[in-house]
Amino acid sequence: MSATAALTDQRRREVVIGVRDVVVEFGARRVLDGLSLDVFKGEVLGFVGGSGQGKSVLMRTILGLVKKRSGVVSVFGEDRDAVSRRRLHALEQRWGVLFQNGALFSGLTVRQNIQMPMRENRKISQRFMDELAMLKLQLVGLPGDAADKFPSELSGGMVKRAALARALALDPELLFLDEPTSGLDPIGAADFDELIRTLQKTLGLTVFMVTHDLDSLYSICDRVAALEKGKVIGAGTLDEMLRSDEPWLRAYFHGARGERLTNSRVVGSGLGAGGGG
Amino acid sequence: MAQEPDAAPPDFSRPRTGDGRRFVLSGAWTLAASGRLERVAAELAEEAVRGRDAALDLGGIARLDTAGAFALNRVQDELGRKGVASAFVAARREHEILLQEARLREAPTASHPRENFLFELVADFGQSLVGGLREAARGVSFLGEFVRALGSLARRPWTFRLTSLVYQTERFAFRAIPIIFLINLAVGAIVAQQGIYELSFFGAGSYSVNLIGILVLRELGVLLTSIMIAGRSGSAITAELGSMVMREEIDALRAMGLSPIEVLVAPRILALVLSLPLLTFIADMAGLLGGGVVSWTYGGTSPAAFLALLHNVIRVRQFMVGLIKAPFMALVIGVIAAQDGLSTKGSAESLGRQVTSSVVKSIFMVIILDGLFAIFFTAIDF
Repeated sequence: MSATAALTDQRRREVVIGVRDVVVEFGARRVLDGLSLDVFKGEVLGFVGGSGQGKSVLMRTILGLVKKRSGVVSVFGEDRDAVSRRRLHALEQRWGVLFQNGALFSGLTVRQNIQMPMRENRKISQRFMDELAMLKLQLVGLPGDAADKFPSELSGGMVKRAALARALALDPELLFLDEPTSGLDPIGAADFDELIRTLQKTLGLTVFMVTHDLDSLYSICDRVAALEKGKVIGAGTLDEMLRSDEPWLRAYFHGARGERLTNSRVVGSGLGAGGGG
Repeated sequence: MAQEPDAAPPDFSRPRTGDGRRFVLSGAWTLAASGRLERVAAELAEEAVRGRDAALDLGGIARLDTAGAFALNRVQDELGRKGVASAFVAARREHEILLQEARLREAPTASHPRENFLFELVADFGQSLVGGLREAARGVSFLGEFVRALGSLARRPWTFRLTSLVYQTERFAFRAIPIIFLINLAVGAIVAQQGIYELSFFGAGSYSVNLIGILVLRELGVLLTSIMIAGRSGSAITAELGSMVMREEIDALRAMGLSPIEVLVAPRILALVLSLPLLTFIADMAGLLGGGVVSWTYGGTSPAAFLALLHNVIRVRQFMVGLIKAPFMALVIGVIAAQDGLSTKGSAESLGRQVTSSVVKSIFMVIILDGLFAIFFTAIDF
């Protein structure tokens, strides 16, 4: 435990995602208003905020799916806007994205979905791709017979797992998760949290996770950042967040639902003394 | 673990010194190396298989990912199968974890199992035949459901959605007037021009009025309108109902104890049944107008003469034949469209397929039905 903590501390220096003063506007509405945030190598960052506050917008801005008005987004130490297309394409292969509803290609089977990034970006034999696809399925805990199913034949939890397998297809170093546990039952959500944690440790991933799920924050996030009115109002370990006097954070973590979890956490886990009120 | 694109490629070497069959691996054994990873792994297996045992030294590996770990495991498995004992030595802690995880617990299934081509062809043909018959059976059963829904509406007429009927009629009929008018005007004009030109060789140019009158009123007006409506309104019905299925709105209706056939389908089909005769009338007039204009400008028949000739040739029944067919066409289009919409499955892809199938089927059925009517009217000498 302490060894891992020391390792994490050591890695803290390396910034994987750096967001500086980013402004994003949709028409007249300013969604992100000079937002700055750092994600460090090897950590799981939970990004929280109220509905419609722009959590997914930040993720999409980092991915380049949403245009920003001003500010700098750098990934792996390279400014998104400054690098060449080639370089950007190489960067893009170093991250994987799990979209909220999976975003699996409905016309392809699960296997073909997983092989899609490999087929487009790597020159490897069909046999190797088949084996790797199988391996990814196994990593995310899907049975082998799911490989030849179409996304419409899968349950919600299986879609998330298959989408995660696709996100891991190119063995990325950085994983974006958009509400990974939304729409899953508590057991499924806990399993999925566990899965992300295991994968993160095994593969040494950096994870940027947009979430609503307090359980996920407590169980797998190393750090939490909170978004309110287009800015990050707080970022730090969960304990730091719990001690914060910021009104929104207090409402979030010390509301009825938050409080229940905070209390159970103090009793139930050895992650450190929680600051329950 | 980083996969810098400019990292050293995967490689291995056999140092001369030291303990026998030792292979020192180096570089980044990652998927970023693409085909090279596979190739080097295969070479490694080939070289190592010559001895009795092999030690794979992983201490010098710069990076390893699941693909690389999997390739290494495969090398070890292959050596094992050929009776060569092998071991990974000097592996880093994190690489050991990866090597453990990157093992298939289940044999991968082949990507595309292919049957005999001829066999597949026959099977495919049989499948589509059975599928077609099932489809037809479902269509008839749906028609039955629709009639039953009409029956229950007749017993409780106040539950009928009059607003919906009016709204749908506006969409299907009123909004379609310009396009129906235009295509029939054009087709009437074309038939007239061709008729006048070809018939004038026999000195029978004035008979083009017979041609225009009978063709437009009996066949073209209703047929063109039906095809247009199948494409315009039939597809809209399928798409609407299909997307409602996808968003579970149909299930919600059922859960409230309402019948989607009564609430959604009946107003739409009835609106079509009302709209199509109205549109057919407009189509007939447009066709005659187009024919008349061309007869005047191209054939030199004055409007008065055209009308007089038309009056001589055309009986009311010619006009009725076209009009009688219209509601039946509407029924066919509506039933096919609604049934296809309601049998949409969960995915957006399925919705697209249903819309296409609905339009193709209804146009096909409209033409078949027109043929049946032709036989029928001839048989009863109408």
